[in-house]
Amino acid sequence: MSRDTASAPARAAARQLDPEATLRRRRRAAAIRRWVGHGLLHLALLVGAVWLLLPLFFLFSTSLKESGREFVSPVQWLPNPVVFQNYPDAMTALPFDRFFINTAVITVVAMLGQLTTATLCGYGFARFRFPGRDVLFTLCLSTLMLPSAVTLIPTFILFSKLGWINTYLPLTVPAYFGGGAFFIFLCRQFFLTIPVELEESARIDGAGTLRIWAQMMLPLSMPVLTAMAIFSFVGHWNDFIGPLIYMREMRMMTVAVGLNAFRVSVGNIAWNQLMAASATVMAPVLILFLSAQRYFIRGIVTTGLSGR
Amino acid sequence: MRVATSPVPAVKARRWRPRREVVEGFLLISPWLLGFIIWTAGPMIASLVMVFLEWNIVTPAKVIGLANFQKMLFGDDFFWLSLYNTAYYTFLAVPLHVVGALILALMMNVQLRGIHFYRLTYYMPSIIPSVANAILWLWAFNPDFGVLNDVLVLLDLPTPRWLQDPTWAKPALILMSMWGLGGAMIIFLAGLQGVPQELYEAAQVDGARWHHQLRFITLPMISHVVLFNLILQIIGSFQVFNAAYIMTNGGPQNSTLFLVLYLYRNGFEFFQMGYASAMAWALFTIVMVFTLIQFKAAGRWVFYEGVSHR
Repeated sequence: MSRDTASAPARAAARQLDPEATLRRRRRAAAIRRWVGHGLLHLALLVGAVWLLLPLFFLFSTSLKESGREFVSPVQWLPNPVVFQNYPDAMTALPFDRFFINTAVITVVAMLGQLTTATLCGYGFARFRFPGRDVLFTLCLSTLMLPSAVTLIPTFILFSKLGWINTYLPLTVPAYFGGGAFFIFLCRQFFLTIPVELEESARIDGAGTLRIWAQMMLPLSMPVLTAMAIFSFVGHWNDFIGPLIYMREMRMMTVAVGLNAFRVSVGNIAWNQLMAASATVMAPVLILFLSAQRYFIRGIVTTGLSGR
Repeated sequence: MRVATSPVPAVKARRWRPRREVVEGFLLISPWLLGFIIWTAGPMIASLVMVFLEWNIVTPAKVIGLANFQKMLFGDDFFWLSLYNTAYYTFLAVPLHVVGALILALMMNVQLRGIHFYRLTYYMPSIIPSVANAILWLWAFNPDFGVLNDVLVLLDLPTPRWLQDPTWAKPALILMSMWGLGGAMIIFLAGLQGVPQELYEAAQVDGARWHHQLRFITLPMISHVVLFNLILQIIGSFQVFNAAYIMTNGGPQNSTLFLVLYLYRNGFEFFQMGYASAMAWALFTIVMVFTLIQFKAAGRWVFYEGVSHR
């Protein structure tokens, strides 16, 4: 090119005259800016990710440490020797097998209730016109802002008068009543994005409401249903205050309160076993989340959470 | 059929009969409606009655008028202390959470290689059971051998006694709660993904830089999500319970005695159902006042698109 031969002012003039060169230069500058920006972003996100994963790393590493080596200064990163025996020891110290069965039953039964009734209610609010619908929907949304502590005491009294204390019922039956405002909202928002024409043609073909709900709305809503299933599973599996209040005997405890009972029983020692128990208790949640994460994050992100 | 008498065209009448729509609509939402009556409205009315009672469930209730409120407001230092602790926690934790989650969500919203991995990693801590979380952080916060103070020693920083020190116990719990930013982050991210891409393209044509786009497009377009998160975070923080119950049991020196923990003690340890209900209504009133203030103030800073307000 003429780059070497032309004088500096001439080059500048040429640049000004040549629009293509200007464009190229701008594009290159933008590309460099983006490279630098993305690089810095990667760095920041990576540091944050390490910071977030570090506690989890320590949880697993401590769960395999020898007794008495949980607190060693300077910090011991990897267990040496590796003691797998901590896991069976922790699981048999209290009836954790029973805790797992209790929690699985409660979680699955409550999750089914939440998904079924929330989709039914969401369908009703999204597609059916009836007097008072908008007022009721606003009322439903406003319960999101009700602190659950307000209804805690009377609900406990209601359950104790029904004789439901120390049964699965207080932790499962309420799930069959709409599944909570947040889920109804999610379903309604998602159903609103499904074209009405699909439903109308099904109606002309003679399909009833329940059939349309089961064979059309539900299959079309898999992203949001997956997100809800994970939310629901995690919520019930991890629930602490519910079983704390309603379960009285050891054999009825869930993993969350059982783990706390274990912590209280060993006091300030046996951190390796405590970590082993913690890791086992959170394993189902982590496995479910990691295996369904693609649908989960996409489900939430595309669910039009934003569209009030 | 009614088709003959109906003024609407036959096709439409066959397609959908209005009365049936009303009946089916009510049937569909009936689980929620029943649930609202049984688990929300009923208990709220019951608790409104209970504030006037002295009742331990076992023996018959005694009507004591406003004595519960009198005791709460003028005769119970622990109530005021728990209120102070809760307010301290809320006013520090909520801004940190909302701003932190928003910044994270903005970073997660960039088209970046490996962004799915980051979204996953940042969300993951918020699905960990609170008891497991508590055990983990009890270990990390250990003042003599904990990993946190190990790091602080390396950096030549002072090493507080964290959960054993009344001045550091609340900040420790707030620090720990920051680990669970993912929930609020994901809601922000959903909001950010809802911002129409055309707006950014138009702005770029006009030469707007990223901070212009942030200030004049992104923030206004997601301001309603900010409001949503802010309200939910405040309500959640006012009910902080698990960490304090498991990790400190209100101590040391009642520095982590939060409102709901004190309410729990009154209800389920001292069996004063009336007094606990009065505290529940105090909590409800405070949360409602804050929510209303935010809705009022929202008129100034929350931007609503011209979407139909259905």
